[in-house]
Amino acid sequence: MAEFNLPKNSKITEGKTHKAPAGAKNVRNFRVYRWNQDDGKTPSVDTFEVDMDTCGPMVLDALIKIKNEMDSTLTFRRSCREGVCGSCAMNIDGQNTLACTKSCDDTKGDVAIYPLPHMKVVKDLVPDLTTAYAQYASIKPWMQTQSPAPSRERLQSKEEREKLDGLYECILCFCCTTSCPSYWWNGDRYLGPAVLLQAYRWIADSRDEMTGERLDDLEDPFRLYRCHTIMNCAQTCPKGLNPAKAIAEIKKLMVERQG
Amino acid sequence: MASAYPVIDHEYDVVVVGAGGAGLRATMGMAAAGLKTACITKVFPTRSHTVAAQGGISAALGNMGEDDWRWHMYDTVKGSDWLGDQDAIEYLCREAIPSVIELEHFGVPFSRTEEGKIYQRAFGGMTKNYGQEAAQRTCAAADRTGHAILHTLYSQSLKYDSQFFIEYFALDLIMEDGECRGVMAWNLADGTLHRFRAHMVVLATGGYGRAYFSATSAHTCTGDGGGMVLRAGLPLQDMEFVQFHPTGIYGSGCLVTEGARGEGGYLVNSNGERFMERYAPSAKDLASRDVVSRAMTMEMREGRGVGPKKDHIYLHLDHLDPKILHERLPGISDSARIFAGVDVTKQPIPILPTVHYNMGGIPTNYHGEVLTLKDGNPDSVVPGLMAIGEAACVSVHGANRLGSNSLIDLVVFGRAAAKKAAQVVKPDTKHKKVSAGVEDAILARLDRFRNAKGGTRTAELRANMQATMQANCAVYRTGEVLDEGVKKIAEVNAGMPDIGVTDRSMVWNSDLVETLELDSLLAQATITMNGAANRKESRGAHAREDFPNRDDVNWMKHTLAWIDGKGSVKIDYRPVHTYTLTNDIEYIAPKARVY
Repeated sequence: MAEFNLPKNSKITEGKTHKAPAGAKNVRNFRVYRWNQDDGKTPSVDTFEVDMDTCGPMVLDALIKIKNEMDSTLTFRRSCREGVCGSCAMNIDGQNTLACTKSCDDTKGDVAIYPLPHMKVVKDLVPDLTTAYAQYASIKPWMQTQSPAPSRERLQSKEEREKLDGLYECILCFCCTTSCPSYWWNGDRYLGPAVLLQAYRWIADSRDEMTGERLDDLEDPFRLYRCHTIMNCAQTCPKGLNPAKAIAEIKKLMVERQG
Repeated sequence: MASAYPVIDHEYDVVVVGAGGAGLRATMGMAAAGLKTACITKVFPTRSHTVAAQGGISAALGNMGEDDWRWHMYDTVKGSDWLGDQDAIEYLCREAIPSVIELEHFGVPFSRTEEGKIYQRAFGGMTKNYGQEAAQRTCAAADRTGHAILHTLYSQSLKYDSQFFIEYFALDLIMEDGECRGVMAWNLADGTLHRFRAHMVVLATGGYGRAYFSATSAHTCTGDGGGMVLRAGLPLQDMEFVQFHPTGIYGSGCLVTEGARGEGGYLVNSNGERFMERYAPSAKDLASRDVVSRAMTMEMREGRGVGPKKDHIYLHLDHLDPKILHERLPGISDSARIFAGVDVTKQPIPILPTVHYNMGGIPTNYHGEVLTLKDGNPDSVVPGLMAIGEAACVSVHGANRLGSNSLIDLVVFGRAAAKKAAQVVKPDTKHKKVSAGVEDAILARLDRFRNAKGGTRTAELRANMQATMQANCAVYRTGEVLDEGVKKIAEVNAGMPDIGVTDRSMVWNSDLVETLELDSLLAQATITMNGAANRKESRGAHAREDFPNRDDVNWMKHTLAWIDGKGSVKIDYRPVHTYTLTNDIEYIAPKARVY
């Protein structure tokens, strides 16, 4: 009988507990994934007892408080803290979302915080997004035209512009892509929901003149058709977008052009 | 030292540091001009703070009624309270028009008029016919204009042959014989150090809003470029001018665009009064930001703030058509719900003046070339070094920036820097030698902070700095409070040798990153406080209660400030450029600034 061995780093151990300061009355436990490549240890989950009476409302506020006051080695990305830059995407309470717009009150019990799933971890809550970024670049996410540019703006009706709503707002946080089982399995070849949403954003733009070529590039059993309408992407998007719908629109166009 | 930290070498014609709107526009322009271009950025480009700009980008396109770049120039000069350089302002307002058209051709998803043109909205201080009536000049993509522009510029940069070094933290400029020959950087992902040799280094590192406790700025707005320039022994300019945006959400400080007032929103005090009518009878809620922030502060001081502590003001949008709110202000509707628990169709948003923008920065001319005062020449170019965007002080914003003039500043001067670099840099020429000691000093600083074993956490010292700036260098200033601030910020500087870093690794050591950032922030905070104490007049965002009037005789000049390693500041001056670029418009002479 075949024998399977899990990689050494797949076993997560119990880490340190960082106690709340004496006198804290409103304490919540934040259970945070820790791993770094320097100490040679397997990943662990540290427990931080956070005094919520002196903490801001969002999960990011709690992480910053932990870093500032309890353990400054805790590592995570953050920037805008208002849900537009996409830096602090992580898995909170079992769901991929942005730490900056996720209220602590929207979680129950201990707050479990892990990096975005199924990506290589660089350190603690920082995943390696190199492949996802390269996939984004691969769809040529810039406007392609053949007709000479007019001296003024290209005209676009309000109705044509409206077709970009729900697409252009994507912040490339990759919450959707890393929630997709199909991407977990075929992430090297399937583009994933975030990148396909962007692909459709250019297909849907009335000013872009390379729709045919864009569809040709996607006509592939892996790049596009590994979407099996599981819908985790739409479920998890912290901006309320629907990548699955965009993917469905691309598939429809593929069928339509076959006549 | 060099042996302890192996360094990887790179050679480029130009290296851009920062990948926000200005950095990306410069990167794509330089690559398109055939220069071997690298862009180093501490965050993935679309995470840069340009992404958070909401309301729009100004350009006198005239899509929503007659407009003229000269009117835009007049408004900008008046907004600057006559501290702006009029040659640079002329360049900004003229080039704004082709720069926005270019953005549209790149694919920015601007909102549209019925005719299919770029939609433009009203913004504070933007007028027709030299102050006669409000103009609709601010081009918008709903209330996500910065996001739309940043993503588009990044995708354009991908189209050209430029090399991105993402999540590389720039450490210091490689300076020798008064010229810049490159930049050293640290790759967070694998902990390696890198030496980038370049004929031109372009600093596009943004502002230093995080010097304050409450700011609309991102956590990453730490003035890294300004810090590098100061450590290179060069001055910063007009740092005492810090813009408070009237509408930061009470508590979180998240931005609510001025476009909210541009679309018809208004401010009320606890009496339910639209108080801006008293302070700015003509422009009302759309007066310049410094004017509105002062009026709000005055209302709260006189006991007419709202809430239990009477410490904020209400912004009403609930009278607007929900359809308009959904179409034009969807982003701030979300922000208000998430960060204030408010449904904007039914309730007002609690808001407060919040630190938002640094008018000051690295002094440059309108080509983006960095300037210094040398041998009596106030316009002496520093060879090999450019600065653009919020990091720079061209100066087009003078003492107070108008809303939507920031995004246009990014693209106009990012583009200008690319044009100038294409003229002055000869591709593939040999790089000049750099003495070993120059790089050793840079690595020694990194090593010193990495192994800092003091008793004060970075976060603690940072909090002291932020609290001092918030309390002693705010909307209204007096000599007494500023002098106290100078002392308090000196105490924070004195605390730096006792700083302690606990993470010793080189891979994604964000404890060390934050410490390096604090070093830059603190130098700029110190200069800001000292500059404010030094400038004995009121102009734009610098409002001194003990010197309530503008003093053009003694103070119509730019502050230049240097700092040494111990936090001691030296101040000198540059004259304001009181001439225009061409004969198409005459110099706009100073007069009283009334809205």
